[in-house]
Amino acid sequence: MSEATAAAERVARESYGRLVARLAWQWRDLAAAEDALADAFAAALSHWPQQGLPDAPEAWLARAAQRRLLHHARHTRLTLDPRVTALLDEAEPEAPQRPAVPDARLQLMFVCAHPAIATQVHAPLMLQAVLGLDAKVIASAFLVSPAAMAQRLVRGKARIREAGLRFEAPEDRELPARLAAVLEAIYAAYTLGRQALDSPAGDLREEALFLARLTAQLLPGQAEAWGLLALLLHAEARRAAQFDAQGRFVPLQAQDPTSWSDDLIREAETALWTAAQLRQPGSFQIEAAIQSAHAQRRATGQTPWRAIAQLYGVLVQHHASLGARVGLAVAQAEAGEPAAAVALLDALPPEAAGYAPYWVARAHVLGLAGAPGRQAALQRAIGLTEDPRLRDYLVAQLG
Amino acid sequence: MQFMLVFKETTAEVSRRDDPSAAPAYWGAWQAYVGAMHGSGIVVSGNALQPPRTATHVRLEGGKRQVQDGPFADTHEHLGGYFIVETASLDDALEWAARAPCASAGSVEVRPVLPPPAGAAS
Repeated sequence: MSEATAAAERVARESYGRLVARLAWQWRDLAAAEDALADAFAAALSHWPQQGLPDAPEAWLARAAQRRLLHHARHTRLTLDPRVTALLDEAEPEAPQRPAVPDARLQLMFVCAHPAIATQVHAPLMLQAVLGLDAKVIASAFLVSPAAMAQRLVRGKARIREAGLRFEAPEDRELPARLAAVLEAIYAAYTLGRQALDSPAGDLREEALFLARLTAQLLPGQAEAWGLLALLLHAEARRAAQFDAQGRFVPLQAQDPTSWSDDLIREAETALWTAAQLRQPGSFQIEAAIQSAHAQRRATGQTPWRAIAQLYGVLVQHHASLGARVGLAVAQAEAGEPAAAVALLDALPPEAAGYAPYWVARAHVLGLAGAPGRQAALQRAIGLTEDPRLRDYLVAQLG
Repeated sequence: MQFMLVFKETTAEVSRRDDPSAAPAYWGAWQAYVGAMHGSGIVVSGNALQPPRTATHVRLEGGKRQVQDGPFADTHEHLGGYFIVETASLDDALEWAARAPCASAGSVEVRPVLPPPAGAAS
């Protein structure tokens, strides 16, 4: 790879989100901003090797993309925002500053989380708009055919264009609802990245952590943003311990706590503490508190199952998701009430039957209760599991 | 919608069937997977196949019959089995495809079934 190509890729990585957010704002058209930026990057790849790297590559790209957008606008006769026209009159846009907090990106994320856009497109759209991932990578991460994903993204952007006037930071009263969608999308991206065996979808994990840190920094008064950050950091702290040297899956209870990352746990605990000070309880904070309780084993050698069961109880009251109810059952069984746990699992809705963690939990809880049916539940879990490492682990449990 | 899931296995994965130390895990995973598909009620029909070495190929070349035993020599992935499933969408079919043991040791092709042309039905 030539030096210019490498430089273009580095600039692309560092400034894509910033540039696309700024352009989308000025022009109120996300799709056009992305197209223009793609052209600008292509131009950079052909110009820079010959003419040398410009002093301010990001400003160069911004200028090239602006020219492209203006050219396009002349043809389509868009009515321009006066701010846009004013900006185009500037002979030389000044080199963009590098603000510590590039909040145009977060604003763009809020636009992508707009209620007018289908929920299942929120996360893919954010990943494309803010991180510049291509539709194929996103499609693989979300297990959707690339053509279908591309279509969904296009539709999502069309909605944004139609709602062009809402291209502004949400008002205070809208913030909590929109923030929830942003946080859900970041959480989904992290989970998908965790499931992936390697890149490119594995990069999603890093990007999700980045977005979670960014969101908490930009909205320090929102407890759930800190809660999500704490949750992801706790999960990240144990990531290396989840597989042994042979690549075999190691369940949480069998993990050696000394192999968890101290730094990440500390950062997680600080984030959770910050959230608690704000006194706005929420699901992500409770989930982070559950992970924080698991992390206590590092200091005490014991998992506080009773406390974890109570936290799951609160979580179920907040949001009775399948995952929370399965978690509650496992914690109750571990805390010495396996019969109550079996009853909880029996009461779950029929869609639980398609959810692999439900069958894993059922096998475990039946085992603790000494009740029959453990083997059958394990079989079902194996059949529904996608991760080959988890499948191997479960097959070994068949005994 | 009906989709065909076509399971393809790498040569190494196929050979696990004959390896006494790997065969229990191999069959255990497939049995569980097929059981889960049946349990969810999506299966229209389907089968696993005998190993690729049992295959016989037939073709006509210039009107002459050519018969050949075994798989094509240069094949890297072998057909291991197939299922026709009824799911609400391609996304659901892809989700089931990803759960197949050979998804991480080969691939799964997912294709919509072509409905019979109008008038062809009985």
